[in-house]
Amino acid sequence: MNGLSVRLQQVARQIPSGATVLDVGCSDGQLLAYLRDNKGVDGRGIELDPERVARAVARGLSVVQGDATHDLAAFPSRSVDYAILSETLQAMEAPHKVLAELVRIGRRAVVAFPNFGHWRIRADLLLKGRMPVTRSLPISWYETENIHFCTIDDFHALADAMTLRIEDSAYLSGERPISAWPNLRADHALFVLSR
Amino acid sequence: MSPAVFHNSLRLADDLPLDSGQLLPRPTIAYETVGTLNADRSNAILICHALTMDQYVATDHPLTGKPGWWPRIVGAAKPIDPARHFIICSNVIGGCMGSEGPASPHPDDGKPWGLRFPVVTIADMVRAQAGLLDALGIDTLLAVVGGSMGGMQALQWAASYPHRIRSVLAIATAARHSAQNIAFHEVGRQAIMADPKWKGGAYVAGNGPANGLSVARMAAHITYLSEEGLTAKFGRHLQQGTEKRFGFDADFQVESYLRHQGMSFVDRFDANAYLYITRALDYFDVAEGFGGKLAAAFADTRARFCVISFDSDWLYPTSEARRIVQALVAAGRHASFVELASPFGHDAFLLDTPGLDSVVDGFLRAVEVAP
Repeated sequence: MNGLSVRLQQVARQIPSGATVLDVGCSDGQLLAYLRDNKGVDGRGIELDPERVARAVARGLSVVQGDATHDLAAFPSRSVDYAILSETLQAMEAPHKVLAELVRIGRRAVVAFPNFGHWRIRADLLLKGRMPVTRSLPISWYETENIHFCTIDDFHALADAMTLRIEDSAYLSGERPISAWPNLRADHALFVLSR
Repeated sequence: MSPAVFHNSLRLADDLPLDSGQLLPRPTIAYETVGTLNADRSNAILICHALTMDQYVATDHPLTGKPGWWPRIVGAAKPIDPARHFIICSNVIGGCMGSEGPASPHPDDGKPWGLRFPVVTIADMVRAQAGLLDALGIDTLLAVVGGSMGGMQALQWAASYPHRIRSVLAIATAARHSAQNIAFHEVGRQAIMADPKWKGGAYVAGNGPANGLSVARMAAHITYLSEEGLTAKFGRHLQQGTEKRFGFDADFQVESYLRHQGMSFVDRFDANAYLYITRALDYFDVAEGFGGKLAAAFADTRARFCVISFDSDWLYPTSEARRIVQALVAAGRHASFVELASPFGHDAFLLDTPGLDSVVDGFLRAVEVAP
């Protein structure tokens, strides 16, 4: 699928042809470019890092340099079909506020994040007593941008508290889709939400 | 001001209505084009120039002999390429490079307009450009592009002629002039008007307020650079070794540089035109005609926008670019925005800035294939 990672493929599968999309934390626009070229998606993006923004704009994408905490407010409500937050929920200053913005701007939100409830992480913490460094979370605690980790069950609880509807979910263990015992077995989760 | 040189120009078919309520009788518009208009007239790009630039964006300047002023962006195999695009650049009204301005002959007596020339605005400049496009038979622009004051004209195009543009590329610019911007311009204007040779604007060409204009340019030039850039280039270095001369000649290298900038400017620019154009900039606020709501100025156009700022530009800082972008996003426009890193301050848009050419190129190519 054109060099898209399995995780991004998982997100891309959720987006129907011809949809309008806002990709929050879109990096250099790989997903947006894929959706544009293969599904005729009308996409926009927002990204913090100026060099990644420059690469995305050079690909002909509409990407604005900004951060999810401050710059989503300007987007009109219900202005896109899908608001995507892929791999960055745990790096947000206030994930719940960003989530609220996603379901305001998009008729649906697609949120994908690493699951901190994965057994390998639990084992690291239990047996070694150290913050885990795993294949999906390879950076040490003091260097990571990921300041708000959550588990799949934590996310369910947050969605409940915010009265969001979970329309769909998908789980990965490495590159393999799984369905049973996701909070223990999945190192990566995706949810489709609506208000 | 130099002796008359030939500029390619045409006279608009109609009088030009101005924001002030006055009419400018059939103004002359000086312009340059490069490239070829394609059969369906869909490849025209209008480049709008900054305060002290002119229409010679991609052709040699008849006064200075220098090549076009934007070689990194415009030219063969550049993002704006005569092989793909029909490139138009006109001298703004109120200017001094062939378009109707205070140094042009007044239609009644053939003497220079001087201060009889009406005060014009950025929107008036854009209205004159639209008249030029009418005369050239171009209905819709692939892009309107500009840096600094050129970027302001590009934004104004979206508000004034929302359906005549497919994209707007606004670089190192703002949607309004700030109090600080106006303050610096006022220093420049006062320097010109304090020069006894200004004579209420009725000086004779070639014997104008050169000292005043030179000081105006020196003050403005500081705002185009960054502290970091000035420090790197000049530091506290003296003109002659390490010996202070304990006087008021240009002892520091930065003084000498500024004086040179000022003195060379007067050879190619008219003092009254400087007054008029800085005034047009000061009056600029796109939102003003839209109840103060900037997003409303962008409500009618379907153009795609690209806004670029530079991290060391304190004349039109990134905060102003963000204000434009927030309005574009709120209006639902397709918008791109990036702040590029450069040590060169405001002038970065004219200089080698990594990423600038690829961003411009990617943006324009996307517009060319957009539905």
